[in-house]
Amino acid sequence: MTGRLFLLLAAIFSLAAASDPSERLADPAQEARARALFSQVRCLVCQNESIDDSTAELAGDLRKVVREQVAAGRSDTEVKTFLTARYGEFVLLKPRFSLGNAALWLVPFLAVLVGVGMLATRWRRREATLALTGDEESRLAALLDDEAP
Amino acid sequence: MIVEIGAFALALALVLSLAQVGLGFAGARRPMLAGAGEGASVGVFLGVALAFAALVAAFAGSDFSVANVAANSHTAKPMLYKIAGAWGSHEGSMLLWCLILTGFGATVAVWGKGLPPSLKSRVLGVQGLLGVLFLAYTVFASNPLARLANAPIEGRSLNPLLQDPALAFHPPFLYLGYVGFSVVFSFGVAALIEGRVDAAWARWVRPWTLAAWSFLTVGIALGSFWAYYELGWGGWWFWDPVENASFMPWLIGAALLHSAIVTEKRGALSGWTVFLALAAFTFSMLGAFLVRSGVLTSVHAFAVDPTRGVLLLSILGVSAGAAFALFAWRAPALAPGGVFAPASRESLIVLNNILLTAATATVLLGTLFPLIREAIGGETVSVGPPYFNLTFAPLMALAMLALPFGPLTAWKRGDIVASADRLKLAAAVAALAGATVFGVMSPRKALASAGIALGVWLIAGVAAEIAERTRAFRAPWPEVRRRLTGLPRGAWGMTLAHAGLGVFILGACFETTWKVESAQALSLGGQLRLGAFELTLKDVRTVDGPNYLAERGEISVTRDGKAVCTPRPERRFYTAGRQSTSEVALCNLGFSQIYVVLGERRATAAGQPAWLVRSYFNPWVQLIYLGPLMMTLGGLLSLSDRRLRFAVGKKA
Repeated sequence: MTGRLFLLLAAIFSLAAASDPSERLADPAQEARARALFSQVRCLVCQNESIDDSTAELAGDLRKVVREQVAAGRSDTEVKTFLTARYGEFVLLKPRFSLGNAALWLVPFLAVLVGVGMLATRWRRREATLALTGDEESRLAALLDDEAP
Repeated sequence: MIVEIGAFALALALVLSLAQVGLGFAGARRPMLAGAGEGASVGVFLGVALAFAALVAAFAGSDFSVANVAANSHTAKPMLYKIAGAWGSHEGSMLLWCLILTGFGATVAVWGKGLPPSLKSRVLGVQGLLGVLFLAYTVFASNPLARLANAPIEGRSLNPLLQDPALAFHPPFLYLGYVGFSVVFSFGVAALIEGRVDAAWARWVRPWTLAAWSFLTVGIALGSFWAYYELGWGGWWFWDPVENASFMPWLIGAALLHSAIVTEKRGALSGWTVFLALAAFTFSMLGAFLVRSGVLTSVHAFAVDPTRGVLLLSILGVSAGAAFALFAWRAPALAPGGVFAPASRESLIVLNNILLTAATATVLLGTLFPLIREAIGGETVSVGPPYFNLTFAPLMALAMLALPFGPLTAWKRGDIVASADRLKLAAAVAALAGATVFGVMSPRKALASAGIALGVWLIAGVAAEIAERTRAFRAPWPEVRRRLTGLPRGAWGMTLAHAGLGVFILGACFETTWKVESAQALSLGGQLRLGAFELTLKDVRTVDGPNYLAERGEISVTRDGKAVCTPRPERRFYTAGRQSTSEVALCNLGFSQIYVVLGERRATAAGQPAWLVRSYFNPWVQLIYLGPLMMTLGGLLSLSDRRLRFAVGKKA
């Protein structure tokens, strides 16, 4: 029985993500802002999780940092700048609009433009195949003239 | 002994698949050999099936002298998970991949009677080539039937997170989808070799695409459902590399489903349809590589092995490289096909393809960009959900705005204004729904309300299309009924799938925007408020599971004093791997769910034991799974349409 109890105690290591009441800020508006920020910050030691979702210890530390900054009245941008200065751009789940990330942000919309451009070329080719050449025009005119009474 | 027979059958299958390649390609010119090629395809499948059966038997009987069983099984595991363990590891899942690959080859050989003999032979030849590559990989680099010199007494067991019914069936469905596209790929390559892509070819490709895409939909939905309740924070899609890997073939498959219709009905877009046919399986292989190589970090990281990753990358490079080189060489010679006006169903389907392809490119770039940046400048960046929400979502929103116009606009030369006129009522209903949600729901969210309007627009739009086809509200009822029963199953399938997309959008918007979260440390009898609900922790007791110990909480949910349900969440500790998991309790209320997690044990200020209870109210969350289910049923319904049966005769 004691063995089982030991196992159960072992099972009860920390599993607390962002919603843990012991971490919360008193002001609900500030807490909501902190939560919104959490989902944009990567848990650095985890496998691709935000600090909002992660139960890792480091994620808890980062949440504490963000909550402190929010409580101190810093803006979202200030908090992100602070985190980036400390941990590099890797910490942001939303890459910044910068020269290095230009391809990332532009490709989705360029891809659509290229596609629409190709479609438009096809339409124009259709008009070209449907339109009559000058030679055909004069033959058609001649035929119509013949039929006229 | 069974294991040795299986290993031998696997090696035999590899040799036979070499014969399948030779006989398939030679049989295209000499009909005498074609029959032998078909026989070889069936033989390969039987060989792999025998090997797979041997592996399942080894898992079921806990034969720990097999390295793979020792690493992934345990005698105390329930039978379902022992058997599912056969495909729970890298080696086993590659064998499943080969089983499905060769199974599809055998299906073409046995049921493809209506196919022109030369095309059929070449399809089997190409399928055989893929079989050679993947079987050689399985036999030489990842043999699941290898023995251990010293068998351990007990196995190391499967990761407890993976011991779950949804996840037991997730890989087989996912692979039926992934690998289903291999047939489409083989048809594409065979058509390029023959230099002919026509309506008949598109008609043979469509059922395979439909089947693969429908299975993939189920596979992805099961995986997402597993993440929803097993990872314990109620998320269902994380834009994680592994999820993206399965989503890309799905998107390309969806584009292919549509472009193949244009090729079949109008003879147009033949080059593009072949391109997508090659791309779908290429993305499947890319997915297999990304998931297994460990080049990207993921919450679902699974069976990671970098050295084998290089081999998988080589297989991907060789097969996709050769196919696309062939495409570049032969595609310009393909007949250009029919012309169509800017306002036509063809143009709308092309628009669908442009947006789906751009969306796929976005997902691909977002997934690989961290690698690219690191390779170029050495900087590490993360691309997470906020990026995809800003890029993928608007592309899809555009596609969904245009969707209801497609079925209402005529082929070749249509009238968009007339289509818009028929959609007036649907647009009004959608706008009303969006405005109502915007007015009623709190907090007030404009973007999510627009999303709701979009979902309603899709559902009302397909209803308008059915009404148009049956002349509902205009013709007398007997005629409407005659038209309703006369609609082909393909039409119903399309309607159901499109409506399913709308249903999914409704669920996704509601759940992500208006979910309610609440968490508190509760001692016995403690209460927690979740929106309109009151949760009381009644009891926590110790439970003895087959291969775990658990603490099970009993929580009563009430609303205005009336009992609603009694969820029983668990925290499990798996003794074999010394890992703990939380077993979420769900309680269904219409389309919504209450989601309860039992967390760590704490002590109150008074020194009494307390448990951290987390709970969510997820409004309309079941629509997120109902939608894909409708899409799958729509796909299967279309598949059952007489015109698309596999053995359809030669007449195009």
